[in-house]
Amino acid sequence: MAYEGKDKVIEEVTGKSYEFGFTSEIESDKAPAGLSEKIIRLISAKKDEPEWMLQWRLNAFAVWQTMDEPNWPHLQYEKPDYQAISYYAAPKQKKQLNSLEEVDPELRRTMDKLGISIEEQKRLSGVAVDFVLDSVSVATSFKDKLAELGIIFCSMSEAVKEHPELVRKHLGTVVPTRDNFFSALNAAVFTDGSFCYIPKGVRCPMELSTYFRINESGTGQFERTLLVADEGSYVSYLEGCTAPQRDENQLHAAVVELVALDEAEIKYSTVQNWYPGDENGKGGIYNFVTKRGICHHRSKISWTQVETGSAVTWKYPSCILKGDNSVGEFYSVAVTNNAQQADTGTKMIHLGKNTHSTIISKGISAGNSHNSYRGLVQIMPSAANARNFSQCDSLLMTDTSGAHTFPYVEVKNPTAQVEHEATTSKIGEDQIFYCLQRGIDAEQAISLIVNGYAKEVLNQLPMEFAVEAQKLLSISLEGSVG
Amino acid sequence: MLKINELKASVEEASILKGLNLTINSGEVHAIMGPNGSGKSTLASVLAGREEYKIEGGSVDFYGEDILEMDATERARAGLFLAFQYPVEIPGVSNINFMRAAVNGKREHEGLDPIKGKDFLEMVKEKSKLVELDGRLRNRSVNEGFSGGEKKRNEIFQMAMLEPKFAILDETDSGLDIDALRIVSEGVNAMRSPERSFLVITHYQRLLDYIVPDFVHVLVDGRIVRSGDKELALELEERGYDWIKEDITA
Repeated sequence: MAYEGKDKVIEEVTGKSYEFGFTSEIESDKAPAGLSEKIIRLISAKKDEPEWMLQWRLNAFAVWQTMDEPNWPHLQYEKPDYQAISYYAAPKQKKQLNSLEEVDPELRRTMDKLGISIEEQKRLSGVAVDFVLDSVSVATSFKDKLAELGIIFCSMSEAVKEHPELVRKHLGTVVPTRDNFFSALNAAVFTDGSFCYIPKGVRCPMELSTYFRINESGTGQFERTLLVADEGSYVSYLEGCTAPQRDENQLHAAVVELVALDEAEIKYSTVQNWYPGDENGKGGIYNFVTKRGICHHRSKISWTQVETGSAVTWKYPSCILKGDNSVGEFYSVAVTNNAQQADTGTKMIHLGKNTHSTIISKGISAGNSHNSYRGLVQIMPSAANARNFSQCDSLLMTDTSGAHTFPYVEVKNPTAQVEHEATTSKIGEDQIFYCLQRGIDAEQAISLIVNGYAKEVLNQLPMEFAVEAQKLLSISLEGSVG
Repeated sequence: MLKINELKASVEEASILKGLNLTINSGEVHAIMGPNGSGKSTLASVLAGREEYKIEGGSVDFYGEDILEMDATERARAGLFLAFQYPVEIPGVSNINFMRAAVNGKREHEGLDPIKGKDFLEMVKEKSKLVELDGRLRNRSVNEGFSGGEKKRNEIFQMAMLEPKFAILDETDSGLDIDALRIVSEGVNAMRSPERSFLVITHYQRLLDYIVPDFVHVLVDGRIVRSGDKELALELEERGYDWIKEDITA
């Protein structure tokens, strides 16, 4: 068979259907569609929450009702009907589990299909997995080991009950309820998520990892994650997501809040591979996420994300550099294919003196997709000697895809140094031919070149995750899992 | 054996090769010389399977197979290697990983399992001695930040790794200083064997002092117009191409 052209190969390989498009059949306990005070009371009651939590939700609901869905992103989608969504679904699995062996076999099979069997995770030395399937955590491992160090790593529902003082102190302090339309919605209806607290001076000995998965047709998933690193502590947190194939759009509006107290360091890594919809953009996940961290003195927050999924992505993991000498980092690879749309980037808000931030964004656009980088670097008057370096690269795989860059820079202190570099390139015919001539096939050639292009970001991921991320890039663009 | 018969090829409607005939037996080294625009690099690209070039006629038989029916990857795996005139840079892809993908591609074609890590590293070590390619270059991204000489040495290193049946050296001497030229040539000479043949494309006789060809051909306007032994190269060096062109038109 003759090699009939790069475009054709790219079209073939990028046209590959979603590999993780299966649905596991686990019974679920589902609330009726619609959003009202009654539904919020139902969610809160189902979760057996204390009164303060209910009031917090009801307040958020009141705020949300006064807000409008944002129109400013470079995205076109049909706005969800918020009254047609069911806001609660919990797998019917009542008893508390102590070990993974007790997990529903169907659930285990789901995990196996994702290639994230927990045995493997365990073997890969020290990954404690808090597996979230449709909003309710069903398995938590390594908990005892973490408990010895005083580390709390549990589901948000558990934290609300077991550690109310910590939750009340920090919840909503980084992403206030009224921050935006989706954060308000999340505050009103969030069903679960993860909570993590690292005590003073403790270096978390393992990567903490949560796998999210949207499983129930027609249910929105509203995760709420709160991670607090106390003074001088360190934690690396991994969040990975895949979702089964669905015909209708599914809404996901998560909120992630990170608090890095003095001299603490948080590394937050995400691999996101939710169902992107079919080649015409039908179906797929709407991913409207608010992720933000606050850095106190000499602390550091580093966001790394590999985004390959979702029909529509609206996501800006950000850092508020409040403390002097604090550091914020954002490393991102966003791949869009077929009719996918992504409007993603970061905000670095410099408040403290000598604060530093780094932004490395790599966009890859294939098919007819549109990929936008939107970033804000804000140097406030108090931020003497603040520095930022931003690099935004775009790689176009086809003539019909688009790459857009919207960098916003606001400097209010004359001692600031802000650098911005941006490039846009088309995948090189010469590079592909060079690979072909060495006996590397077209799919693998594209995979090599794309992974090379994204290497700076992939290098930021923990080893096991980096391998998974490379696989995802390959699946999204090449079809061959390497 | 490579047998090119009446090969005609064009690029962007312009006819470049106009009925080229050439037979290269195993173990032979052939040099092709010719003025600018005569079709030397086009010949290299067409043989390697670059798709911008359109085949207008003729055939190319490579050890019993019609390579014009094969895509570029298949040709490479069948044992055809092209040392590029301008090797491209592939940022973020280490030379080592790149070569491993290439070696495993060839092994797959031969029905072998992927090479073991240890065996591969030994092979890399051995082959890189051939062109004095140091560890620093092996681990860097493919050709990124390499000097002109380093890029060409890397090409020969890759050739040594892939052990092709037939290698085309497309102006490998361009941009090389005397020392690099010597290193590259010694690498090529070390690889000469009765099972392997070479097609050396060059503008200058100088390279042929190092890599001594069995045959020298002169390409003018898409056809081989004169063939001889290494003495022909010396004559061209001395007299240029005009006398040959005049001979043809005469």
